[in-house]
Amino acid sequence: MARPVFIIDGSRTPFLKARTGPGPFTPVDLAVQCGRPLLARQPFAASAFDQVILGCVNVIADEMNPARVAALRLGMGEDMVAFTVQINCGSGMQSIDTAYRYIREGNANLILAGGTEALSYAPLVWPNQGVRWFAGLATAKGLGAKIMAALKVKPSYLKPVIGLERGLTDPITELNMGQTAEVVGHLFGITRTQSDSYAAESHQRLAKAQKEGFLKGEVETAFAHDGKFYDHDDGVRPDSTPESLAKLRPVFERPWGQVTAGNSSQITDGASWVILASEDAVAKHGLTPKAAIIDSQWSALDPSIMGLGPVLCATEILKRNELTLREVDTWELNEAFATQVLGCLAAWNDDKFCREVLGLDGAAGELDRANLNVDGGAISLGHPVGTSGNRIVLHLVNAMKRLGTRRGIATECIGGGLGGAMLIEMV
Amino acid sequence: MQSKIMDVLSDRVLVLGPAPAPGSYRHFKLTRDAEGIAWLLFDREGASANTLSADVLEEFDEVLTAVESERPTGLVIRSAKKSGFIAGADVKEFRGASDPAVVETAIGRAHAVIDRLEALRVPSVAVIHGFCLGGGLEVALACQARIAVDNARFGFPEVLLGLHPGLGGTARFTRLVNPMQAMTLMLTGRTIDARRARALGLVDAVTQERHVAGAVRDAVFGRLTRARPGLLVSVLNSSPARTLLASRMRKEAAKAASPAHYPAPYGLIDLWEKHGGDKAAMLAAEKSSFAHLMVTPTAQNLIRVFFLREQMKKLAGSGNKVGHVHVIGAGAMGGDIAAWCANQGLRVSLADMKAEPIASAVRRASDLFGKIIRKPIDVRDALDRLIPDMDGEGVRNADLIIEAVPEKLALKQKVYAGLEPRMKPGAILATNTSSIPLEDLRTTLQRPERLLGLHFFNPVSRLQLVEVVSHDGTDGTLLKEALAFVGVIDRLPLPVKSSPGFLVNRALTPYMLEAMLMLDEGIDKLVIDAAAEKFGMPMGPIELADQVGLDICLDVGDMLRAKFGASLPQAPAWLREKVARAELGRKSGKGFYDWRDGKADKSQTAANPPQPTNEMTDRLILPMSNVCVACLREGIVDNADVVDGAMIFGTGYAPFRGGPLNYARTRGVENIVSTLRMLAQKFGDRFAPDAGWETFR
Repeated sequence: MARPVFIIDGSRTPFLKARTGPGPFTPVDLAVQCGRPLLARQPFAASAFDQVILGCVNVIADEMNPARVAALRLGMGEDMVAFTVQINCGSGMQSIDTAYRYIREGNANLILAGGTEALSYAPLVWPNQGVRWFAGLATAKGLGAKIMAALKVKPSYLKPVIGLERGLTDPITELNMGQTAEVVGHLFGITRTQSDSYAAESHQRLAKAQKEGFLKGEVETAFAHDGKFYDHDDGVRPDSTPESLAKLRPVFERPWGQVTAGNSSQITDGASWVILASEDAVAKHGLTPKAAIIDSQWSALDPSIMGLGPVLCATEILKRNELTLREVDTWELNEAFATQVLGCLAAWNDDKFCREVLGLDGAAGELDRANLNVDGGAISLGHPVGTSGNRIVLHLVNAMKRLGTRRGIATECIGGGLGGAMLIEMV
Repeated sequence: MQSKIMDVLSDRVLVLGPAPAPGSYRHFKLTRDAEGIAWLLFDREGASANTLSADVLEEFDEVLTAVESERPTGLVIRSAKKSGFIAGADVKEFRGASDPAVVETAIGRAHAVIDRLEALRVPSVAVIHGFCLGGGLEVALACQARIAVDNARFGFPEVLLGLHPGLGGTARFTRLVNPMQAMTLMLTGRTIDARRARALGLVDAVTQERHVAGAVRDAVFGRLTRARPGLLVSVLNSSPARTLLASRMRKEAAKAASPAHYPAPYGLIDLWEKHGGDKAAMLAAEKSSFAHLMVTPTAQNLIRVFFLREQMKKLAGSGNKVGHVHVIGAGAMGGDIAAWCANQGLRVSLADMKAEPIASAVRRASDLFGKIIRKPIDVRDALDRLIPDMDGEGVRNADLIIEAVPEKLALKQKVYAGLEPRMKPGAILATNTSSIPLEDLRTTLQRPERLLGLHFFNPVSRLQLVEVVSHDGTDGTLLKEALAFVGVIDRLPLPVKSSPGFLVNRALTPYMLEAMLMLDEGIDKLVIDAAAEKFGMPMGPIELADQVGLDICLDVGDMLRAKFGASLPQAPAWLREKVARAELGRKSGKGFYDWRDGKADKSQTAANPPQPTNEMTDRLILPMSNVCVACLREGIVDNADVVDGAMIFGTGYAPFRGGPLNYARTRGVENIVSTLRMLAQKFGDRFAPDAGWETFR
């Protein structure tokens, strides 16, 4: 008999837009920054967890298995089992899903599951030919051989590539993520104007959430060693309008594309944690669960239309739980690209797609924009890839609490042609 | 990291050779391994750290006799104590020395033992972990090879006791490594780590415990590359170089300490200048120079201060239960207290409503840790332990709460009301107040027995004293735990009863306010400060007032005057105006002095500055002794020795004077009382000698 799994609490750092060069915090620094206040407010000791699971895509060389490094730096004790998971843009949700399954099957009672990413730390990568040339130079014996080896250099060997650029390109199709959004937009007739309007609203929703204090208790101020502090998601541009966004040039497919820097998610650093507990742990530590995880699903599809991932996995959950789109009160659908989010909505409203791809009797229907990404998303907040999946679950719970809704789905598209979704109910 | 597994395995860490059979020595164990290498383990009976006393050295001499006759392949000397190699001489034996001839005879016997070690005809290797200080380093220097384990620290702290090395260290150290650097280490008393010792050439190799056996074998069988003094060492030890360098060293030394107050550095420089080229002569001269320094009042007072520190450490006791400290208020004091506790290994949540003060506390902590913590990973861990806490959530898990919010009764009481329901059972509520009586603070508390005072001094990282304040209802167990906490963060506790200004501020306030009156009389501020510095105070009263903050001086002065009335000088009206103009001293950049980069600008010295008179010095210094006697009489503190320690460790009161009460005793109580009476006649009743002098001895 599957055991219920509860979400107890969670917190995240402000999402910090990557500007020039490495930001103030490494991936583990970020995880420590938001982990410390979260652990401090629990009625149990940090050592009471059974394990720590952390999603992270771009692990930096100094922090292999960042989950374990973070657990130790958070003072969780020498015997804290901790591992890092990676499913690209879904990593932060994969950590929750893994924890959910451990607890559901009775293998653990209390797990700290998170996601962290410092995209500003993305390394410069030397081309492979350049690395081979350097290795040849280093191993050449004798002055003559060294000179000969050195002379083999070509200018292109010494031209580094920004690692992030490669990371955001699907290796199977050689399409950049932005290009996959262009593909989805094309297939479902999304226009530039629609995308820009969606993006402008994302900024306005986040600005309102910040102003009204909706993020209090979720976003923890991060303090750097140099005396600077960061207390809000700094990618927000409250003055964005569809008109101002319309002036931007497409970045991925010039000159006729519609995906611009303004209607895409931002390159950002940030971390997020969620505490998951079994009924036993709730009773043992006197916890107050906020929500329960009801179901989760991963789906996969052609990498060139990876943006449609959420439609596949969320629909699976709906079918399994005999729910319709409208019976889910609140949605977090990660805003990788405005065009891609709108593509998903259009797909659910597409009779043929729903029949032949999703196996429904007809179009799933219209997803009300009022219930979707109520406080903005990756377009205004940014998209630290390994973190976003965690953040949307955390924020879904907090948003449902504020709105007084009961049932919600958090879902994201995943580079490489995947989608992940999680069904949450408030308790 | 705390590790239960490593705890289980901890007795396997030190490599001590084959297990010794029960032997006939009290302080040593001697065994021999399969290769014929003798392992001499120093394990002083009944002590947690090794020190050298007369009877230890006597037994060491017997051991050396045995080694000479047994002729092992090699001799390893190392400590069996976890704390380190040898912490130095047993300072107890220095106390009360008054006859240089007696000291010289005793040190001569010790020299003979060390010389014998040096003359051994088997390869001798010192394996050094942890502290290797003073006499301990001198033992190591007499070995042929030195292997440092990577946690080793080396130094000659004798100068801090008014002495210089006396077991041959001056001669052997200056011949082994660059004498400029050797002298600098001996003149400052600073310690260095193993890497730096290797770079200097003080040790031949640095390794980890796990490779000690291999390193020893190589050293004994001549396979270890030895650190040998280079040509530079002999050049710098030549006579013309010594003359030149010695005069430069004297100039440097004079910046830190005057020869009248601190003769030891100058004695050391003389010794090297005269004999630096000649080992035998320097060894001989070292004995007599050491013996003469030992009987000076400065050395005897500094040795007394050493024991005052030990005594205050004992007051802290053991049994600390504090693992998590919650500090409320991230201002200058709160932030620095939090940083210090994190540095000492505790988890600290630092609460403030605003992010700015927390961020600035984190920056100060980061700067401090960068200076005082050697390894970057340890800096990172210390900063990880310092947890910014904008929601005050740290309270629930804290074992100790230190409130450091502004000195307003209503504000503090409001803070307490918010805290009390969330405190863990058994947690201590401490206030860092310097001016509000605990009796007022406790009135609104549900459980006043949990309240006590922990009064830190600024800068927290440098002033070791913490006044631990109790009121008549403080729970005795919690008070003991608070004392143990102070010990665990490497500070020295002074238990005091709740009373305005406790001890230290009450004693310091007349020092600063009297200086204000002297300004009124037209005495130049530089002369006033010089009057105190001439006595040996680390900082004159005017500069100190600037440093503390004129607003705070005024507040504390007013508070104390309200209680003690005419026994304190009245703060002049112009001081209030100065404070109203926001000329607050160091923190505002301008007070009596202009402040730049944390330093007072004293450049405006006149060509022929008037000399301070002894009367000026007495006006500033004697009231401190007077207040200390009053506090003893009133029972605010109960031990005259500890009062001296508190004034030295909390204010920097001239340590070579041994503290304000020791000074009074040395000068003569009658002299003090009559001088105070004379000052009272001339300047007013504030100088009236306290009734406590009648019973003070």
